Amino acid sequence: MTTLSSKTAAPRSVSGWRSAQSKRILLTLLGWSVALVIFFPIFWMILTGFKTETAAIADPSLIFSPTLESYQDVHARSGYARFALNSVAVAFGSTFFALLIAIPSAYAMAFLPTKRTKGTLLWMLSTKMLPSVGVLVPIYLICRDVGLLDTRTGLIIIYTLMNLPIVVWMLYTFFKDMPKDILEAGRMDGASTLQEVFFLLLPLTLPGIASTGLLSVILSWNEAFWSLNLTTSSAAPLTAYIASFSSPEGLFWAKLSAASTMAIAPILILGWMTQKQMVRGLTFGAVK
Amino acid sequence: MNKTRASGRTVGGLRTLSLQAPAVTLLLLWMIVPLGMTLWFSFQRYNLLMPGMTGFAGLENYEYLLTDPALWAAMGNTLLLVGWVLAITVVGGTLLAVLFQQEFAGRGIARVLAISPFFVMPTVSALVWKNMMMHPSNGVLAWLAESIGLPAVDWFSSLPLTSIVIIVAWQWLPFALLILLTAMQSLDEDQVEAARMDGAGPVAIFFFITLPHLKRAISVVIMIEMIFLLTIFAEIFVTTSGGPGLATTNLAYLIYIRALLDFDVGTASAGGVIAIILANIVAIFLVRMVAKNLED
Repeated sequence: MTTLSSKTAAPRSVSGWRSAQSKRILLTLLGWSVALVIFFPIFWMILTGFKTETAAIADPSLIFSPTLESYQDVHARSGYARFALNSVAVAFGSTFFALLIAIPSAYAMAFLPTKRTKGTLLWMLSTKMLPSVGVLVPIYLICRDVGLLDTRTGLIIIYTLMNLPIVVWMLYTFFKDMPKDILEAGRMDGASTLQEVFFLLLPLTLPGIASTGLLSVILSWNEAFWSLNLTTSSAAPLTAYIASFSSPEGLFWAKLSAASTMAIAPILILGWMTQKQMVRGLTFGAVK
Repeated sequence: MNKTRASGRTVGGLRTLSLQAPAVTLLLLWMIVPLGMTLWFSFQRYNLLMPGMTGFAGLENYEYLLTDPALWAAMGNTLLLVGWVLAITVVGGTLLAVLFQQEFAGRGIARVLAISPFFVMPTVSALVWKNMMMHPSNGVLAWLAESIGLPAVDWFSSLPLTSIVIIVAWQWLPFALLILLTAMQSLDEDQVEAARMDGAGPVAIFFFITLPHLKRAISVVIMIEMIFLLTIFAEIFVTTSGGPGLATTNLAYLIYIRALLDFDVGTASAGGVIAIILANIVAIFLVRMVAKNLED
C-alpha cells in the first residue's frame, strides 16, 4: 500500500494549501509559546542576575541597566568559587570511580554473559530504587563515626555508589551495541584481553562512555539530599550554597540569580547535549 | 564464547565473576549495611539526645509512629504531592509530546528550551520560584495577576502544598516529555496515515492510535516518577521547612525531622523502613518491566 506522509503530501487546492499553511503557523505559535512559558523562570533568573538588588525587586521589567555588581558580590562576599570547586570535585570524582568500577563489570556482562548476568543487572538496578531517605540514619551515623561528615570524600563515595547502577547499565547497553566481529578480529590477530579493551573497545565506545559519564556528572551535580544533609561548610557543594539563600539577610534576589545562573549553566549545556542518553539511562532501557 | 567443560560449567565464569566483583561487592555492601542498620535501629530505643536510654524496643517505634498523627499527615501530603505531580506531568507530557512530534519552525530549539527545567538543580528551582515568581508583592505572578485586575496570590502562605506541587511538576514535566517523545518516535506513521484516509480526525487518532502506543512508556514514566517523587526533599527544605505546621511535610521530610532535628534515631529508622517498603512495591513492577525489555 502506498502511503503519502502527511508532511510531504501536497494539497491539491489553493484553499487546501492555505489551511496547511495556517496549521503550520498555528503549530509554530503554539510550540514556541509553550516552550517560552516553560523556560521563562530560567530566563527571568538569568536576567535578574544582571540587575542591581533594588532593580531586582522592582516591578518586573525587561528594561534595566545591566550590571555585574551581583556577580561580583557573589564572588567576593561568599566565595562562590569554593562551592563550585566542591561541586566539580564531587561530580567528577564520583563519575571517575563509577566508570572505573563499571567498565569491567559492563564488559563482563556484555561479552562474557552467564546465566546469572541478567539477574545481576536487574538486581543492580533495584539498588538504585532504594529511597535515600530510608538510609539517612545509618549513613549519617557511619559518616559521623568514620569522620566523613562534611568531606568531599564522603560525598564522592556515596555518589559513586548511587550512580553505579545507571553507569553499569548504560555501559552495558553501549557495549552490547558494539559489533562483536571487530573484537573477534582483534583476538584472532593475537590481542590479549587488556589490549582488546584498550585499543579496540574503549576507542570505539568512547562516545557512549562519554555520554554515560556526562549523565553521571549531571546526576551528581544536581543531587540535593546527601549534599544538604552531610555537609556544612568545607565540603558544601553548590546545591547547599544555593540553599543558604533560603534564610537570607536583606535583599538577595539578584545575588541568588547570579549565583544560580553560574551554578546551573554548565549542567544546562551538558543536559542539552545528552538528551537522548538521559532517556536511555533514566528509563533503564524500558523505553526505546 | 564460553566453552563448556564436561562437568557442564562454563569456562568464562571465573573471569566474569572477577570483573563484576568490585561492582557487585560494593553495591551489596551499600545495600545490606545501611538497610540492615536501619532495620536494626527501627527496633531500638535510641535517641541521640538521651544517650543513656537505649534498649530493645520491639515494635514500640512502629506503634509510636503509626499512632502519630504527624505520620498520617505526612503520608497524606506525600500522596497528594505524588498524585498531583504525576497527573500534571503525565497529561502535560503526553500533550507536549504530541505537539513536539509535529513539525514546526525552530522545533529543535523550542524543544531544548522546554526540557531545560529538568537540568536545573532542585534548590535553584525552588528558590527562583518561591522568590522571583511567587512572591506576593514583587514576584512575576503577582505582577501578572495585578495587570489583569486580579488579586495577587500569596502562594506559600495560603497554598503551600500547591506551591510545592507547581515547582516539582515544572521540574519533572520535561522528563515526561522527553521519555514520551522518544516513545512517540517509534509510532508507525503508516498507521496514522491509513486512519486519516479512513476519515479519522486528530482527536480520534490520538485516543485510538497514539495513546495505546504510548501505554508502556507512560507506565514507565509513572513508575519512575513515583519512586523519585516519594522522596522529594530539597524543594521543601529550602522553601517551607515542612510548614506551615505540617502542611508541606511529606514522608521524607518527616523522617529528616525525626532523624536530624529530633535526633530520634529509632522513630526515624522506623519511618525509613516504611519509605523503603513503599518504594519497593513500585520497584518490583518497574524491574519486571525492564526485565521484559531485556528479553527482546
